[in-house]
Amino acid sequence: MRSVERCLTLLRAVLSRLATTLITLIGVAVIVFFVIRVVPGNPIAMMVAPGATEADIAALKAQYGLDKSIPVQFGIWLSGVVHGDFGTSITTRQPVLSLVLSRLPATLELSVMALIIAMILGGFAALTGTRLRGTRTEAAIDVGNGMALSVPDFLWGLLLILGFGVLLPVFHISGRVTPSLDLPFVTNFYLTEALLRLRFDLWADIVSHMFLPALALAIPLAAIIGQLLKQSLKETMHLDYVTLSRTKGYGENHVILREALPNAILPTLTLVGVQFTFLIGGTVIIERLFSYEGLGNMAIDAVINRDLPLIQGIVILFALIFTLVNLAVDLCYAALNPRLRHG
Amino acid sequence: MAEGVKMDGRGAVRRRMPLRLVLSAGWLTVLVLAALLAPWIAPKDPLAQDLFLGRMPPFWVAGAEPGYLLGTDSLGRDVLSRILYGARLALTVALVAGGLTCLIGATLGLMAGFLRGWVDLVISRLIDIWMAFPPVLFSILLIAVLGPGLSSIIIAIVVIDWTRFARVVRAEAMAQGAMDYVASARVAGRGRFSTMLTEILPNVLPTILVLLTLEMGVAIIVEAILSFVNLSISTDDPTWGGMIAEGRASIHQAWWVLIFPLVTLFLTVLSFSQLGEGLKDRYDPVLR
Repeated sequence: MRSVERCLTLLRAVLSRLATTLITLIGVAVIVFFVIRVVPGNPIAMMVAPGATEADIAALKAQYGLDKSIPVQFGIWLSGVVHGDFGTSITTRQPVLSLVLSRLPATLELSVMALIIAMILGGFAALTGTRLRGTRTEAAIDVGNGMALSVPDFLWGLLLILGFGVLLPVFHISGRVTPSLDLPFVTNFYLTEALLRLRFDLWADIVSHMFLPALALAIPLAAIIGQLLKQSLKETMHLDYVTLSRTKGYGENHVILREALPNAILPTLTLVGVQFTFLIGGTVIIERLFSYEGLGNMAIDAVINRDLPLIQGIVILFALIFTLVNLAVDLCYAALNPRLRHG
Repeated sequence: MAEGVKMDGRGAVRRRMPLRLVLSAGWLTVLVLAALLAPWIAPKDPLAQDLFLGRMPPFWVAGAEPGYLLGTDSLGRDVLSRILYGARLALTVALVAGGLTCLIGATLGLMAGFLRGWVDLVISRLIDIWMAFPPVLFSILLIAVLGPGLSSIIIAIVVIDWTRFARVVRAEAMAQGAMDYVASARVAGRGRFSTMLTEILPNVLPTILVLLTLEMGVAIIVEAILSFVNLSISTDDPTWGGMIAEGRASIHQAWWVLIFPLVTLFLTVLSFSQLGEGLKDRYDPVLR
């Protein structure tokens, strides 16, 4: 009986969360639609290729129903978007959807790599700070965290370029892969595919291109993780059960890693989820900085060229990623949170 | 625990200024002076090109050209002079964009928090909707629609960031509004607007000041990023972001074109955020 109730509670949480996700996405679609409509000039002008004839324009107008009322237009536009029709890019004359999807894997791989680096760095800082609490090392870690937090990823990226591009040229500072290399890949998930094909030479080359941009994205998040996890660990270390395990004779490392960490980590995990969307947002400028061919770099080109159909496609895809990440975080939280799990 | 506020009880707040407040306020003072005095202290014309003097190194490196202290960029323009003039634009954006964001956000937050009722309802819903929309996407859309340029950047910053002020000021005004001194002002016959301006506003002012300081740092970095990708004012005019873009492009030939504007920007952004955090510690009622 209780397990049925538990399932119902969980199901209700999932359903209400799915509903809010849908509402957010519709909100984004409405905003994008109206902002793009605010642009001077009619929307047809941004769909047709330069040099189109009057007849082409009239045909397009009829096709997209632009003679109809705004709500009807929105309906037509939305159904196009839902079916993956984002129009044609003005600058490249290719369908927006295929352009955007071809760049998505690069951005996803970069974001995930940054997330992993941030968790390792932040976790290491928090654990070291807890282990050596009250020492100069802890104070140094606090100062480092404060610095990392007050300077954005853009500036960290530039400092990394300066440091590794000039002083210590061990990593690549532009591109995604060395252009002269022969790539056997069928997907755009280069890093993943290199690993699956056991091509470690290519894998190393790709990692050496991705490491600095990923690190720049990771530094502010690592600082947040470091601060929050250290704080939670500090609170947990004062609890009775931790003291008890100490009196049982366990060493300090065991107490921190095995006893305190599992209980202290939940708030950090929730925060990481929320912050991960900020990290993905940061890829826009970081990809530009490192000439990394992802979605963000494409977005900036699109803004410079005022390629509105492409901008529209990129914004909607980013919004979709953000909401999906938030959804996944909430569902994980529901599954991990003992209060929800036990009804 | 914040610096300068150690465990020594009542005297804590009157202790000397914490080091980070002194350092950041000092750097920002230097910067403001440099911006104001740029036409008099800049050794060269920031726009003057001299292709024969392209990529000259700074003064301590062999091969430096006398008179060009921090070297020149690829077009032979003086790096130091461009940094000094660039400070004018950076600080203008910080003041105008930060100030406008603060004015609009704080006003709306104050009204929502103190007047409550339908005013609060409308403003809070607006804040919720705004918060749900990722700022990066918002700025891409806005700049795409408004087109590049300084006024677009300022509009984008104000439109996106007003919620930072509104949210915090609303909560603070709400907390203040529940206090006895506000009730006694009302009993003494003061009107609602008068109470809001003379009783509530002075008490939330420290919070507004902290947020304004942080926002100025944000505005400077946003302007730098947009001039880095060439979406700010024209490329000839000296901007730190534009200089950084040029330095990034010639990193393997001339590191000084990147390092000097980068360090200036780094110190400025760090100073604004440290000043904001330092002020927060000083004025935080919990610490006090």
